[in-house]
Amino acid sequence: MTQPVAPAGANAWMIGTRKGAWAMKSNGRPHLSEPWFFGHQVHHVVQDTRNPGTLLAAVRTGHLGPTIYRSQDSGRAWTESAQPPKFRTKEEYVNSSFDADDLRRQGLTVDHVFFLAPGHATQPGVWFAGTSPIGLFRSDDDGVTWRGVEGFNDAPALSKWCYNFAPGTPDGPKCHSVQVDPVNPKRLLVGLSGGGLFLSDDLGATWRAINSGVAMDFSPPKEDGTEYEYGHDPHDAVIHPANPRRWYHQNHCGIYRLDWNDGAKEQRWKRIGNNMPKEVGDIGFPMTCHPKNPDTIWVVPMDGGTVWPRTSVEGKPAVFRSRDAGESWQRLDRGLPARAWHTVLRQAMAHNGGASLELIFGTTSGELWGSRDEGDSWQSLAMGLPKVMSVTSARLD
Amino acid sequence: MAAVRVRVPSLLFSYTNGVKLVEVEANTLGEVMAALERKFPGLAFRVIDEQHQIRPHMNVFLGEENVRDLDTPITTPIEVFIVGALSGG
Repeated sequence: MTQPVAPAGANAWMIGTRKGAWAMKSNGRPHLSEPWFFGHQVHHVVQDTRNPGTLLAAVRTGHLGPTIYRSQDSGRAWTESAQPPKFRTKEEYVNSSFDADDLRRQGLTVDHVFFLAPGHATQPGVWFAGTSPIGLFRSDDDGVTWRGVEGFNDAPALSKWCYNFAPGTPDGPKCHSVQVDPVNPKRLLVGLSGGGLFLSDDLGATWRAINSGVAMDFSPPKEDGTEYEYGHDPHDAVIHPANPRRWYHQNHCGIYRLDWNDGAKEQRWKRIGNNMPKEVGDIGFPMTCHPKNPDTIWVVPMDGGTVWPRTSVEGKPAVFRSRDAGESWQRLDRGLPARAWHTVLRQAMAHNGGASLELIFGTTSGELWGSRDEGDSWQSLAMGLPKVMSVTSARLD
Repeated sequence: MAAVRVRVPSLLFSYTNGVKLVEVEANTLGEVMAALERKFPGLAFRVIDEQHQIRPHMNVFLGEENVRDLDTPITTPIEVFIVGALSGG
């Protein structure tokens, strides 16, 4: 779930893959476009929900490095950002107070832009981009130029929060799930893999960890019995668009819900994944929420046992849905293959926001599966695509 | 300044509008890249990252010599080959 709010009147899916992006009209018979950015890795293609029309695409090739393209004509023409996200140079950190071994002192290089998010409805033209290595960038001109969010990228503690930018995850550490509170334009939530979830209430100037209650099974218990404040591995997080005091996230170590309580001493996540069938577990990548009903969510469990294959549990693909905020779950596998060993990545599940809600997910084996009944049944929409890395909805001409 | 003929790979044709050979004058490899950037905005960042390093999967040859130091001097007329390294999957 990378797009809690779908563009009004969405009629297409945009699919980012290892070898390019495709648009697929979602009304009537599915029809794939010719590829955009053929041969390039496309981590995310997102339409501006405030002004449907502008599309941004996070694109990289192995040779040429990362950039961002934008289109204002439904993807017929794309223009490269005049100033893509770039980290500060190491020379700019010579006089910083950072520790000597802080990797920012040695100079970070953006490997890829992983996540794109439009800013608040009251801030047209503002976008955010999360990168690998971990960085947060902002555009104030609708994606033409980008600059680092200084309060985040230059936070002295950032290197401690994110294991000093170490490449712990297979495709590199990532800043993802950039969530803009739909009510409070100054509130931002980001997920760091690894590092945890971090919240800003001043539009990115300052940040604090918000990981209480979240397991960290990959680290030994702290000797003093307290929880780790940061260092967690959220995979996909969402502030619910219809109730921004209700948050969900799928973590490397479970599925969680947070109900914001202003009077509480701390905000605490509840592991709603404990209500999943034990034989399935609560490990996965995507977390998808219903656009209007804050109690309805979908997850795609994967095998987090033994050596962590990260494929369908027991080779039996299924989506799980909860209609009571994670207190109970239903297995949804009608129409899906009886046996398959694919993975659904964190940005590869979406809804179209429509009154008749459609869902879609893409797999690492290049399949697209769609549902028109909120997941009760699934139909094959496409096969033979490259590894699917993201799916979003859009209104395309 | 030395006359430099730059051979552009197909990887970068979208920046040069298909131009394969560019002639510039420069004293160093860095000046070659700066001249290319002036002619074709955006091209240099595809070859050199924000830490002023040639990207890991790009190679730049001065004649037959693979160089990675942008301060490498150029004193005589020469051809510069920008090529994509073997990589992929």
